[in-house]
This record gives sequence, C-alpha cells and structure tokens, in this order.
Amino acid sequence: MYTLEKKLLEEPKKTSFTYSERNAHLLASSKDLKKTFLKTGTTIVGMIFKDGVVLAADTRSTVDKIVADKNCEKLHFISENIYCAGAGVAADTEHITEMVSSRLSLHSLRSGEHPRVVSAMTMLKDHLFKHMGYLTAALILGGVDATGPHLYSVWPHGSVDCLPYLTMGSGSVAAMSFLEARYEDGLEEEAAIGLIGDAIEAGILNDLGSGSNVDIVVIKKDGTRMMRNVRKTGTISGDDE
Amino acid sequence: MAEPVKLGTTIMSVKYAGGVILGADTRTSAGSYVANRVSYKISKLSDRIYCCRSGSAADTRFLADVTKTNLSMHSSIIEEPPLVRTAARLMRHYTYAYREHLSAGLIVAGVDEIEGPKVFQLPSGGSAIEIPVAIGGSGSTFITAFVDANYRPDMNKAEALQFVIRAISHAMDRDGSSGGIIRTVVIPESEDEEVAEEWHKTVL
Repeated sequence: MYTLEKKLLEEPKKTSFTYSERNAHLLASSKDLKKTFLKTGTTIVGMIFKDGVVLAADTRSTVDKIVADKNCEKLHFISENIYCAGAGVAADTEHITEMVSSRLSLHSLRSGEHPRVVSAMTMLKDHLFKHMGYLTAALILGGVDATGPHLYSVWPHGSVDCLPYLTMGSGSVAAMSFLEARYEDGLEEEAAIGLIGDAIEAGILNDLGSGSNVDIVVIKKDGTRMMRNVRKTGTISGDDE
Repeated sequence: MAEPVKLGTTIMSVKYAGGVILGADTRTSAGSYVANRVSYKISKLSDRIYCCRSGSAADTRFLADVTKTNLSMHSSIIEEPPLVRTAARLMRHYTYAYREHLSAGLIVAGVDEIEGPKVFQLPSGGSAIEIPVAIGGSGSTFITAFVDANYRPDMNKAEALQFVIRAISHAMDRDGSSGGIIRTVVIPESEDEEVAEEWHKTVL
C-alpha cells in the first residue's frame, strides 16, 4: 500500500479514494453499507464421458442462511454445444455467462460454425482476470466442438484447470469424494448420469449451501439434452417447487 | 472474496553440461483444498525457452501468455530464435511494472545459439538474476541445503535429471503445499536433440 493511502486510512475521519481501500473503510465504519448478495452456495460437477460431456448442479440459492430460491437454474446456456455451471454470486455468474454467450453467438454467425469451448474459456478467464477476483464467479465450462469434448474449470481470479472430471462450489468436497471413488475413462452415458447425480446428491445432503433438486445437461456431438430436476433429493414430497 | 488459487509449489531449474532442465511438482491449491493434483507449472515461451511458475495461478499464467506472445513477435521481427536473456528481460518488465498487483515467482530457463544454456530467477518484486541453479516456491526452503551440497555444473543429462527429481521429491515430502507427481522439461543445447517433456514419480 502507498504511504499516503496508509496515512489517510489511519486517520479515522478521512477516506482514501482508492476504491478497494475506500470500500473496506466504509464497510468497517458503517453497518448500513454491509450488503448481502444473492449467493449460490452450490455444488456443481462436470465430467467427460464416452460420447461427450455432462454437467450437473443443485438448485438452491441463498442469501446468508436463508434459501431465496428453491429451484433456480445454475446450468447456464452458452451455445447449443456449450454449457456452463456456475457457483458464487448469482448476478456475476449470470451476467458473465450471458455476455460470453452473446459474443460467441455473433462469432459463430460470422464463422458459420459452432463455437469452440476454448474460445468461451478464454473470454471467461480474460474477463475474470481483468476484474482481479472482484467478480465472484467459479465456473465449470463444458462442451463438444469440432475438436472433441472439452471440460474446464475457471476460478474467480482467472485461473483455469483442464481435467476429465471437476467439482466446484461449497459442496465440491462432498461431490469430489464420489468422483474420486467411481470415475473412470470412457464411461457410458447411463453410468455417467448416474454418477454425476450421486455426486450432486452428496453435495445436497452434506453441504448447507446446497439443496433441493438435481439438474443435468448432457452434451454430445449429435445434440444437447437438458434435464431439469432429474432427482428431487432435498424437496419435501408433494412440494413441486 | 474467494480464496485465490495458488501454486503452493516446488519449482527448480538447473544448468548441466549440455543444456538445462526444469522441474516442478503438480499440486494446485485453493486454501487447504487441492484444486488440481496433475497441473502443469512449466509453460512454454518458445521452442527452447520454458518457464516455471509459482504464486497465483491466474497471475503467472497471464504473465506466461503475454511473454510468449511478445517473444514470438520479437522473434519474427529479428528473424531468429529468441535469446533466453530476452525472454527473462521481457518477463521482468511485466513483473516490475505490475509488482504491486502481482503475486508471481518465476524461473525462466532455456538455451539459445549465442549464449548457450541459461537460467534466470525472477522473484516477486520485479528483479531478475542469472544463476546456474534456481529453486522457487514454498517447497524450495526445504531443499536449499540439499541443492547447495549436491549441485555440480559438470553433471551430465542423466545425473542432472536425477538431481532434479531427488530435490523435488524431498521438497514434496516436507511441504504440504507441494505434491502429486514431478514434471520435467529437458532442453538440450544441441539442435539435434529434441526437447523432452516428461513426468516422474517421487523417489524417496
């Protein structure tokens, strides 16, 4: 930190106009400014199987410990052949995926081909890196393009991992235990859907931030299948929400 | 704000008689969680220049990508393969310019036709030093004495590779933030020999 800012911060009545410092100062000095955001305390999972990629998510969204939406959608449409599962602040994941989706659709209108997963990944990570972690979006990006199936995880600070199976969100540890135990290369579609459902279910049952139903999207070379509320693990029976 | 993804790491690079070797572990962590246990911490900057990355995964990937692009443009302009010195200078330019915002400890190593094998250490803060053997990341503290005691500049390729694998194995054994497997890149001085990107298990 610059010495001038340090000096300003040390004097309680004055404010530094460096945004981050200023915000921290204001937050510390006033209760009213403490904002609570709609967050998706989440379990999201992605994995590559024999014919493509499968992504899944739970459907709980929360404000602190209150459930704000019992059946929200965390699997975001990027293009016909690419989807993105999002964890973190709902506004951030929604906006960033919409932005990339729109830019990619122009891109593929011009090229006349389905967009590539790397393009989406690069747009997402460049945007997140530019905002230095202030956008709280942890994403699992999956899709099938001309070069085959691809799966990436993109972290809020703009780093990327490329692996055959991935989990993110507050329920990621519970979900990962299932994948580490049962994942293998070249799983059949049925087995993949079963495993990914179990992984999300582990998050729903063992993580406070995750809950309600399981959403799954299966992306293959010959088409995409979106399946909402495949399992209603955390829903009271008879309750359709 | 979410915990940044860190390369709590062991990285090293050594000069041997006839080239350079780069080595790294493969653990990437976010707080106490292992985000990736088979990650790549050695990035290619040109055909015979590579870099080892430690610190923030996002920051160091950005630096490697930017340096790679600019180095390739520079190489096109001079119509010759780039010097290792140039790659290190270019990278130092960015680590210095953005020193307040970056968390990055890097090692740039490779061979070129004019100066031969070279290893540069770029600690965070924007400095760069040329040394025969460089170690970095959280795991490096555990192997400083091992490296001091066992490094010889006249090692052949096999000896040097074994030295790197042994050193990183020791670091991975003591440092909680390092782990997984060991990735190495061997860059020979001779044009006839190929660059070898390999992985090894630990040897303790």
